Amino acid sequence: MIKVQDLTKNYGDVQAVKSINFEINDGEIVGFLGENGAGKTTTLKMLTGYLVPTAGSVEINDLNINDSALEIQKQIGYLPELNPLYPEMSVYEYLEFIARVRNITGKNFREALSRVVERCGLQGVVHKEVSSCSKGYKQRIGLAGSMIHDPKILILDEPVTGLDPNQIVEIRELIKSLGREKLVLMSSHILQEIQATVDRIMIIHQGEIVANGTNDELMSSFRGNTILNLEIRNANENTLKDLPVAVPNIHVSNIEEKKDFHLIQLEYSQEFDPREDLFNFAVNSSWVILKMTPTTTDLEDIFRKLTMEGKADA
Amino acid sequence: MHNTRSIFQREIRGFFNSPMAYIFLVIFSIFNGYFFTSTFFLYNQSDLRSLFSIVPMVYLIFVPAISMGLIARENNIGTMETIATLPIKTHEFVLGKYFAAVVLILLGLLATIIHFITLVKFGTKIDYGALFTGYMGLALVGSMYASIGTFASSITDNQVIAFIIGVFIVLVFFLMGFFLPLVPSNLAGIVQYISVDYHYSNISRGVIDSRNIIYFLSVIGFFLIMTVQSLESRRWS
Repeated sequence: MIKVQDLTKNYGDVQAVKSINFEINDGEIVGFLGENGAGKTTTLKMLTGYLVPTAGSVEINDLNINDSALEIQKQIGYLPELNPLYPEMSVYEYLEFIARVRNITGKNFREALSRVVERCGLQGVVHKEVSSCSKGYKQRIGLAGSMIHDPKILILDEPVTGLDPNQIVEIRELIKSLGREKLVLMSSHILQEIQATVDRIMIIHQGEIVANGTNDELMSSFRGNTILNLEIRNANENTLKDLPVAVPNIHVSNIEEKKDFHLIQLEYSQEFDPREDLFNFAVNSSWVILKMTPTTTDLEDIFRKLTMEGKADA
Repeated sequence: MHNTRSIFQREIRGFFNSPMAYIFLVIFSIFNGYFFTSTFFLYNQSDLRSLFSIVPMVYLIFVPAISMGLIARENNIGTMETIATLPIKTHEFVLGKYFAAVVLILLGLLATIIHFITLVKFGTKIDYGALFTGYMGLALVGSMYASIGTFASSITDNQVIAFIIGVFIVLVFFLMGFFLPLVPSNLAGIVQYISVDYHYSNISRGVIDSRNIIYFLSVIGFFLIMTVQSLESRRWS
């Protein structure tokens, strides 16, 4: 498991990560979401021992990164941002190099190799030079390198960025299947990439964690009003005036008159669903409902709301 | 130790997977061969003195050139992050890189054996002891310059800058001896001791003095420690 307490990183005067706290348990897939420059990569670099924290502590499997970085590095697999590889090496040579550093040689290496080749779908490119592989394959090579020692913890920095939609789906499926047995922490700045893959989402904004929970938890804690868009034919001034009186708990936010219908926008809070009352009212006032579409706040709105706050202040 | 070996093997493989090693070995041999043979038959002496005086000068450019990419390239293509998050200690990494550069230099020296063979064929009364210490001196100077090149490569992610810094530091050590007449007498001893030429000429004359050996080993040690420090300090940035 990963336990982070009051983790802080300053680059000179700039506070990149501001005293963040979180815990991730074994077997969880957690998405680390934030805009570019929010502090995701800096946090991951501190978790993996690449950067030394300014303050705070990182504990991985009960080991502290400041005292036992090497021991932690043996237990985790890390795919850095932009997936750096040696272009002149063959895929086999690269994986052999990583395995050797991790003390996997001989028969163990052959087993590990066939495991990651199968898992990451590298059949057919094993003896190709890295530089001649496509971006999707490169990503899988990086991933294969980070899991050659079958780590219990995988930390992936933007693993699907820059891939085409089909490749994204493939990598996503791979990560999902890994998550059944491993702790996976993956970062992204694109919500959809993460939402479909992870059990839990942490949103980081300007170096602070502003939300942390499952998809549903986030939705319910940030849930706003539902907006209902109506297209009505046969409405007139009188019946429109009666609408807020006849249907309780709604707020009419906009009425627009079009050529032969009215566009009405209503807001209501989730507990009081007024659609039945609305229908009855429409029948009584001989309205014809052409369209009725409710839109709920989705995670996208929550993310936007959380990450736009700072900008609005500035 | 197995980490140093892994890094070393990867680097050597990298040298020979790219044109780098071949270009170095061929041009190094052509340079040395040209300058050596152009005077060898003229002097009509059974030694390799002209080779031993030309190689340290050829080193001035070649050693920084082969070591400029050692670490700067890893920084540049981002693989430094992969390395730094693998369970490898910084000094194991630095040593692996350094040894790879040294081995390439030694291979270059090995190619000059052709001149040695020429000498053995045509020469008479050959002083094998002096030849041995001459080669030893060349190996030591090459190893020392490689440590400087390794350090230069660690402080930037731009190979050209690493090369320029490397050449500059190497030149300082190389030229120190030439400025000897210009420095005040109370500093002369220090300047002479720092100058690489002073120690090298002792060894290549056939004198193996522990002071000269200690000089080379301590300069190598100093720059390798500086390399480790410069890499470690990046983690605190």
